Amino acid sequence: MSTAGTIRIVVLLTAVAGLEAACRSGLIAPFSIVPPSAMLVSAFRILASGEYTADILATLGTVALAAVLSIAVGFAFGVILYLFPRLKRAADPFLASYYAVPSFIFYPLFIVMFGLNRWPLVAVAFIFSCVAMTIATIDGFLNVRPILRKVAQSMHLSRSQMIRLILLPAALPYLFTGIKLAIAYAFIGVIAGEFIQAGSGLGYRIAFAYESFQTGTMYGLLLILLTCVVSVNTVLGVRERRLYERLNR
Amino acid sequence: MTSIRHSFFAMLDTVILVVCGALMWWGFAAMAGPHVLTGPIDTFRNLGQITGDPEFLANAWETLRAFLLALVIAWASGLLIGIIIGAHRLTGKVVEPILTGFYAIPKITLYPIILLLFGLSLSARVAFGAIHGIVPVALFTMAAVRDVRPIYFRAAQSLRLTPAALVWHIIVPASLPGIVSGLRIGFSLTLLGTLIGEMFASQRGLGHMLIIAMETDNVRLLIALALLLVMVATIAGAVLLAIDRKLHRRSVKGQ
Amino acid sequence: MPQLERSESSSHPESVIPIEPNGHQIHVSAKGLVRIFPATVNRVPLQALGPLDLDLRSGEFFSVVGPSGCGKSTLLDLVAGLGKPTAGTVSFEGRPVMGAVPDGVGVVFQEDATFPWLNVFDNAAFGIRRQKVSKEEIHERVSDALRLTGLSGFTNAYPAQLSGGMRQRVCIARTLVMRPRLILLDEPFGALDQQTRLLMGDELLRLWRETGATILLITHSLDEATLLSDRVGVMSARPGRFIDIIETNWPRDRDSRIASSASFGEVNARIWTQLRDESLKSMQGTS
Repeated sequence: MSTAGTIRIVVLLTAVAGLEAACRSGLIAPFSIVPPSAMLVSAFRILASGEYTADILATLGTVALAAVLSIAVGFAFGVILYLFPRLKRAADPFLASYYAVPSFIFYPLFIVMFGLNRWPLVAVAFIFSCVAMTIATIDGFLNVRPILRKVAQSMHLSRSQMIRLILLPAALPYLFTGIKLAIAYAFIGVIAGEFIQAGSGLGYRIAFAYESFQTGTMYGLLLILLTCVVSVNTVLGVRERRLYERLNR
Repeated sequence: MTSIRHSFFAMLDTVILVVCGALMWWGFAAMAGPHVLTGPIDTFRNLGQITGDPEFLANAWETLRAFLLALVIAWASGLLIGIIIGAHRLTGKVVEPILTGFYAIPKITLYPIILLLFGLSLSARVAFGAIHGIVPVALFTMAAVRDVRPIYFRAAQSLRLTPAALVWHIIVPASLPGIVSGLRIGFSLTLLGTLIGEMFASQRGLGHMLIIAMETDNVRLLIALALLLVMVATIAGAVLLAIDRKLHRRSVKGQ
Repeated sequence: MPQLERSESSSHPESVIPIEPNGHQIHVSAKGLVRIFPATVNRVPLQALGPLDLDLRSGEFFSVVGPSGCGKSTLLDLVAGLGKPTAGTVSFEGRPVMGAVPDGVGVVFQEDATFPWLNVFDNAAFGIRRQKVSKEEIHERVSDALRLTGLSGFTNAYPAQLSGGMRQRVCIARTLVMRPRLILLDEPFGALDQQTRLLMGDELLRLWRETGATILLITHSLDEATLLSDRVGVMSARPGRFIDIIETNWPRDRDSRIASSASFGEVNARIWTQLRDESLKSMQGTS
């Protein structure tokens, strides 16, 4: 374990310990934040009881679906914008300010379109994370060193061969970042959607627990969500870093 | 092609894109009907009506207030954190994964915690906005400071610069393009966070208006507000993007 | 033509500038210089330089040539005060140099060190702006330096608009504005094409004559070293030591045309004979 890694673990453990002490000593009111140990106990209880398993799986499934869709479509859009720079330039202001608009305001619109099921959630999460993949794709292709394209030309590669054999592998680290971001944003979109207007899912359960003053349950569910998100992100992050290291000559 | 003509054509392209988008919108609205989606012309008319309404203006002012406060906090804290973790290698290595992890968490799940801590107040909305924007500003600033070319440090050494002069006259200007990119993204996300905060933790503000519109099925109001937000975000984003571009153009290839 | 004056180094009360037996004033004296880079995760300790002795005479043009990796740049760093020696001493104008760049020393690097956010004038004025000098004097000194480096017409241009050679001239101007008594150049023309190199060499000679400064030039080009210098130090493969110091005896008033003289070929050959073996050693990785 590197020095930085060790220090990081120490820092995090100290923070958690500090929070635990603050909660137990009454420094922080018990109805606002629950001690981390209690959160952990609650999380295990939730998982063991199986009460919320269906919701958790529903959320994960929706996230996965939204992520796959936004990665595929986002990549396609990215390729198109890369191949048509004029279109990209025209779209730039919109790509740049995309995140400022809460896309789940279109949630009711999607309910009317898809009905009262989980598809509106997929749609909202899709819109939110699609752009991340698009921008990352464009970035990745633009960052391929021009010399590599010249090499492709000198070998008389066709356009599709060039994309497949040279551009894609060269842009892979950036594409992977896009995938990581798309998954993260899909999580955010689905959970946010469930929070606001859904009958099922982890986000919905968290909101429900909050509204019915079941803070213990709420924090247990939050911990589960946090663990999912952080572990997925960490695994992808490690892979991502290795890909970028290959780039650095 | 001179740069002015160049910019003109670029703007023209964007205008054309907007027109295409509006046409698609119109078509979609015509198909779906006014209970699902209002068309572009109607929406502009609705928006015109709404902006004259004093209640709307009061709400807009609330949002602006909360947003600006959140923005200042997000930008200032993000810059400070970013500079520290960018300049100090070890701190950067320790903190960066924590920040990227925090970035991935759906902040909306922190909303109950923030409410429990701050109650239903302006502080809660500002807090919510700020936590959305602080991480990208910090991460971008960190990367920009880290990427300052080592040759500048050697040049500063050879010119016998004091540490303060090194920071102010070299590190800051050298990392400015990257920092501005972060500020730009922080802007968008802080706006989003403030609106979401208002949607849950407020009896006032545009976010609150949005939630009411959603709950009462007021499609006209909802789409009009959405249009307003899109326009504000896009224009502000475009301005910041132009500044961002101008700063990056100064850098030489390979510099 | 406006001159960059030589500042009053000899009237410095505390410095004692030594004199060689043959009457030369010693400007820089290095004795027993050794530089060992400590071990890292990836490698064992590395002795980059030394033990090495060097005496630079006031006002001379001294070039250092040697195979790659022999420690030429390390030597320049130690003389400039950009790094500390592991053993040995360096003194400038009689005072020891210990890890800080002394007043009166200017450095030009191989890598482009222009600041892209400043125009040519502000780049050149950068060093002197950090000192308490009046605006009029700044303007005068910077204009002089830009005139000397042929950049007068480009004061408002930004580095992004200039060629590599011009950017390097901006770096030289920035150094000249500080009125250095010792100018250290670390392969300053390495990134430039051959023709530009030759022209820049002539320009460097002109600046040397105008300013009267002592110059230490690190170069991997034998021709350049032979052409420009009063003396050429030939370094061995790593860890670098001087295996020979050759006097060229060129007149002060020289330019690239001396390349056609007979003695040029002799000096060049003498350098290469010694350098060739060292270069082979360096290429094969044995030292």
